[in-house]
Amino acid sequence: LPTGLYKKVLVILHDSILPYMNEPTLMIDFLTVAYGIGGAISLLALNGLFILIHQHNLEYPDFYKKLYNLLDPSIYHVKYRARFFHLLDLFLSSSHLPAYLVAAFIKRLSRLALTAPPEALLMVIPFICNLFRRHPACRLLVHRPDGPEAMSEDPYIMEEEEPSESRALQSCLWEIQALQNHYHPDVAKAAAVLNQSLSEMEDDISGLLELSAYELFDKEVKKKATDVPLEFEQVRGLFRKKSDIFAEHFTL
Amino acid sequence: SNPFEVKVNRQKFDILGRKTKNDVGLPGVSRSKAIKKRTQTLLKEYKEREKANVFKDKRFGEYNTKISPEEKMMRRFTLERQQNYGKKNIYNLNEEEELTHYGQSLAEIEKLNDIVDSDSDTEEGGALSAELTAAHFGGGGGLLRKKASSAQQDEEEEKPKSRKELIEEMIARSKQEKQERQSRRESALELTEKLDNDWKEIQTLMARKPPKSERKDKEVEKPKPDEYDMIVRELGFEMKAKPSERMKTEEELAKEEQARLQKLEADRLRRMRGIDEQANKKKPSHISADDLADGFILDKDDRHLLSYKDGKINIENEEEKEKDEEEEEEEDGKEDNENEEESEEESANEEEEEVAADSHSDLESDLESEEEAAGNKEQKKHNTNENESQNMKKLDPKMEAAKSELPYTFAVPESYEKFKSLLAGRTVEQQLLILERIQKCNHPSLAAGNKEKLEKLFGFLLEYIGDLATLDLPELRTIDRLVLPLCNLCQMFPEAASDRMRFILRDAAHDMEEVVEVKGRAAFPGLDTLIYLKIISLLFPTSDFRHPVVTPAFIYMSQLLTKCRITTLQDVIKGLFICCLFLEYVSLSRRFVPELINFLLGVLHISLPKKQAQGYTVVHPFTPVGKNLELLLVSDKKDLDSWQKQNLPLSVVTKLKETSRTEINHIRLSCLALCFDLIKKCAALYESLPSFHEIMHPIRILLTQHLLANDYPEKMQEWYQGALKEIENKDKRYIPLICEKKKPVPLKQYTPRIVKVLEFGRTQGSSKKEQERKQLIRKHKRELKGAIREIRKDNQFLARTQLSEVMERDAARKRKVKELLGSLATQEGEWKAMKRKKGKN
Repeated sequence: LPTGLYKKVLVILHDSILPYMNEPTLMIDFLTVAYGIGGAISLLALNGLFILIHQHNLEYPDFYKKLYNLLDPSIYHVKYRARFFHLLDLFLSSSHLPAYLVAAFIKRLSRLALTAPPEALLMVIPFICNLFRRHPACRLLVHRPDGPEAMSEDPYIMEEEEPSESRALQSCLWEIQALQNHYHPDVAKAAAVLNQSLSEMEDDISGLLELSAYELFDKEVKKKATDVPLEFEQVRGLFRKKSDIFAEHFTL
Repeated sequence: SNPFEVKVNRQKFDILGRKTKNDVGLPGVSRSKAIKKRTQTLLKEYKEREKANVFKDKRFGEYNTKISPEEKMMRRFTLERQQNYGKKNIYNLNEEEELTHYGQSLAEIEKLNDIVDSDSDTEEGGALSAELTAAHFGGGGGLLRKKASSAQQDEEEEKPKSRKELIEEMIARSKQEKQERQSRRESALELTEKLDNDWKEIQTLMARKPPKSERKDKEVEKPKPDEYDMIVRELGFEMKAKPSERMKTEEELAKEEQARLQKLEADRLRRMRGIDEQANKKKPSHISADDLADGFILDKDDRHLLSYKDGKINIENEEEKEKDEEEEEEEDGKEDNENEEESEEESANEEEEEVAADSHSDLESDLESEEEAAGNKEQKKHNTNENESQNMKKLDPKMEAAKSELPYTFAVPESYEKFKSLLAGRTVEQQLLILERIQKCNHPSLAAGNKEKLEKLFGFLLEYIGDLATLDLPELRTIDRLVLPLCNLCQMFPEAASDRMRFILRDAAHDMEEVVEVKGRAAFPGLDTLIYLKIISLLFPTSDFRHPVVTPAFIYMSQLLTKCRITTLQDVIKGLFICCLFLEYVSLSRRFVPELINFLLGVLHISLPKKQAQGYTVVHPFTPVGKNLELLLVSDKKDLDSWQKQNLPLSVVTKLKETSRTEINHIRLSCLALCFDLIKKCAALYESLPSFHEIMHPIRILLTQHLLANDYPEKMQEWYQGALKEIENKDKRYIPLICEKKKPVPLKQYTPRIVKVLEFGRTQGSSKKEQERKQLIRKHKRELKGAIREIRKDNQFLARTQLSEVMERDAARKRKVKELLGSLATQEGEWKAMKRKKGKN
């Protein structure tokens, strides 16, 4: 199948095709192949696969491992982000998952968050917080009072495909700490939440899933400004600030 | 009054300073008052409740106490006349209204004409003197006679004075009067002139004078705005370039400046950390009201004029531009003066306003401060004057010519088109001058609407800059200069400026969003938007945690870097420009910008040849495979060798005019060099981040494993090595995270909370708004209670009247029944008596 058609089919599969089939299990092969392709198609196949697993007792070997490997930098940028994270939330909502697995997911998500746009960050940070709430054993990632003084290397291995081998539980969430310096005030605030001990209630991220950059911008622009601080360094011209990067590389 | 009718509300404690208004009550009096009022209103209503007809008193103003009785009568009278006016018998042509004067019919007065006239004349004798009336109206015989008999005795002696003589005499007298007046005025003029001269002498001699006397002078002169005023104004203008305090030494100046900068920096840091975002919303703006009022840029520091260096005045040459402005201001002032001298009628209204405002508001303070300073300032003034004149000479003749052409006052243009036409065809200097004059003529302190006008001007100027940037050959130098007045305006009206900027940003973002929705991707915006973004960084502090303009700008730029497709070399340059902007925005706050790293990685990626094994992933908008790869790839050996690092001209962004391959290749290489430099700067900026190496990991892999640095010219290799070194030299240190300790929740305790009482009798511990709310609630409660009480009393009153009515009715019935019974009893008795009598008989 061509990629475009593949995507089109997979987008509507879970609510327009599967419910009307007599034997949805026939789609197993198709979905498994689609899931194996990787990239956006895998993300889309996930939905159908979930229905099969959930309602038709499909046993899928190494499901979480594959899911783990689906995570790559593009998940924060693709169009189907909301859909994917909705499903991911579902899959990781079970409290019977082993701590190492969840920790690996958390670590990987936050590592990837280093390249994410603000709207995705605003969604993924509460997501990670929720995971911490569900799996208190993972708190080790943000709170390790009796660990070594300083490490020379992050123990987590990003390239490892097997979540159990990734040594995520020995690592810490330095990425989130880096994000506390994010330029977007809301992201910085959200990341700073992990510094404190979390509250009991889970955050509702359903509203954040669909957040778009433009909404973010709109919200910020529409805020009523009470006071506008001004630059105090005096202006000499467009590029004439002292130590201006532009003056080094651009001319008028 | 009767002590038995007084009720005393006893106070439990005497409180100092409390006003007691209800300590004594007169229940009897107030009750009777209330009852009286009710009988007048409520009882009346009650009695008329079943009546359809209403008796209305339609006499004019009968119940209006505001009109005085006389006026009432007058109005009634006029009303009556008006009513009667139309109802005349149309057949009776001869009927005329009787004319009256002071209630007497004129016809009667006419009969006794003389007497009345003479009376009034002697009594009044005011505006119209007797002679005048006599002369002008010919004066009846009676009048002349009367005047002769009553007024002048000497004239009475030579009684037969002809009319002609009389008139001549009168003319002579008036002439004499006129002459006297003229001479008086002349002498006054002479006096003032003399005073002027004296004052000038004194001023040139020592320029120091006790303030009182001067003010007196001023008062004397007030009616005539002339040279004196001009001098005062000149003084005022000179003052602006002069300090009002003693001379400061260089160290003091430096120290002061340092202190000021330190304070501003501390402010900035506070905002950067976002500590007080909620805590104290009202941050002290660093512009004081004074600064706003006199319309100078806060940061412009004209004190450098006054510092000495080796006995000479120390003038910094670097700040030539500011200087120019100041000079222009001063010149303006002077020109204004000349203008006035030459043609006072010509000077426009606004200028006169300005003059008036200046001379009145600034006069006193200026004078005083002048006097403080003037004594030892004489020498310096000379020096500065010389300097000024020199500088003025330095100004190129073209500008002089231009200035002579330009009018001195400008109204703020109403629309953008007008603004554009105003600036069209002028040189940069002229444009600047025009803008400055507009600002000056429409200073907010001069008229009420000027603030709005100037705020609009800011918008026009921004739009104009955008227009200049979208031209085929963008006039960036003009923009460079125009930024200065823009900044001035922004300093004056921060709110309006930020609103305007946000509006522009919103438009830009909205456009992009629409394109994204339709096509799924967007193109980079034009140069104007980039310039706007750059201007934002000039006008507003970019390091704030949250800023009404800068934060949206951040988000917009991030969208640009993630959503816009890179298809051409220009796109790359624009993208790199935005990267530079990002770096500049976060240069102080060291905030982390993922998009920036992504983009730089992407730029490096497109400089590589295709089909390379990857150890990294590029993210949107770059793709690992596709047609837009190798955009920055240069394979021509010759071009590589001939490349020199050069600054990219911004005009390339709109139009790539170099078509030769070599030049394009050179631009590519410059971009690459820029990219290396940016990576280096990023690395330096983010080294403190805990996951620095993870952030830089992809770039590092790309730099070390894929980029073949050896192919590049030596210069490029330097850049490359610099970037790489900056990344690799950082040590790896990971300190395990530890959560902050939870604050223990305090137990509830029973010890009383002690609150400092600042003002007695007022609820403490709430904001003003809250207090107002509470007060309103209290008032409402009190009013409600009062109303309820009134209604209750009304009901009681009604019930009372009803009861009394019923009682009355009952009593009447009883009485009637009794009467009836009585009469019946007597009847019966009589009847029985009759019967008995009959029986007897």
